[in-house]
Amino acid sequence: MEINADILKKMARAIATTSDEEIGCDDCFEFVDIFVEQQLQGKDPAEAMPLVEAHLNRCANCQDEFEALLDAIKASSDDLE
Amino acid sequence: MSERTNQEWLDDLRGPNNEEAITDLRDILIRGLRYSLSTRSRGDIDALVEDFAQDALIKILDKLDTFRGESKLTTWAQKIAIRVAYTELRRKRWQDIAMEDLLPEDSGPDFTPAILTDPQASPEQRTNQQMIIETVMQTIEENLTERQKNALQAIMGGGMPLEVVADRMGTNRNALYKMIHDARKRLKRELLAKGLSTDDILAAFDHS
Repeated sequence: MEINADILKKMARAIATTSDEEIGCDDCFEFVDIFVEQQLQGKDPAEAMPLVEAHLNRCANCQDEFEALLDAIKASSDDLE
Repeated sequence: MSERTNQEWLDDLRGPNNEEAITDLRDILIRGLRYSLSTRSRGDIDALVEDFAQDALIKILDKLDTFRGESKLTTWAQKIAIRVAYTELRRKRWQDIAMEDLLPEDSGPDFTPAILTDPQASPEQRTNQQMIIETVMQTIEENLTERQKNALQAIMGGGMPLEVVADRMGTNRNALYKMIHDARKRLKRELLAKGLSTDDILAAFDHS
């Protein structure tokens, strides 16, 4: 790994936001459908599920899938009432 | 297509004549996947979407007993379809790139500090940056396992997705996340013990 300023900043930000209590990708996946529905209903899912919100902010893979799920639900005619 | 409650979906999908419910669910998955992938993938996605929806349907029917009813069944099902599609797309995108290929040619398998080249830094700032880099590198070398270092190299240095790195390392995404979480916690604690906070690090490189 060639450490340069960009990578070091990336690493520093990752370390700076590290919390002792974090959930993993499996737990995030477990709740992300509820999180998405609450968001689409105009609620604040981050308040009810702060650990899911924090994981989405840290994990690029889970964040991508969360955004894709939001789009997919919006596109579905079987949408939220 | 008829609107179903979660219980109606479960009854119809589990029933002896479940063809209509499966067809309806497949249509929903395809519509959602097509839309979400159209903004993220290039080329013809229709064939891919059909395959992803079919693979997802098999998983969904297999997991029906785990559905707890806390969201709409269709949202839960689309979550699984998105996971299937994105996992496969990531694997395809990175299939020809080895983790070792992400290392620069002049770098060994370990964390060897490269010379910092930040053209916008003053001589004093460069000295400070070099000190910080050496401290971070030393802390990494002293405290992380080889697996943790390899994973960080691939993800932060090479931009390889967590899921792909997990595949290459013979583990899964969740376990790799937890392994990196342990590494972050350890580094945070050790750097603080050396008098270096993450704010110090960010401040040293945020002059531009």
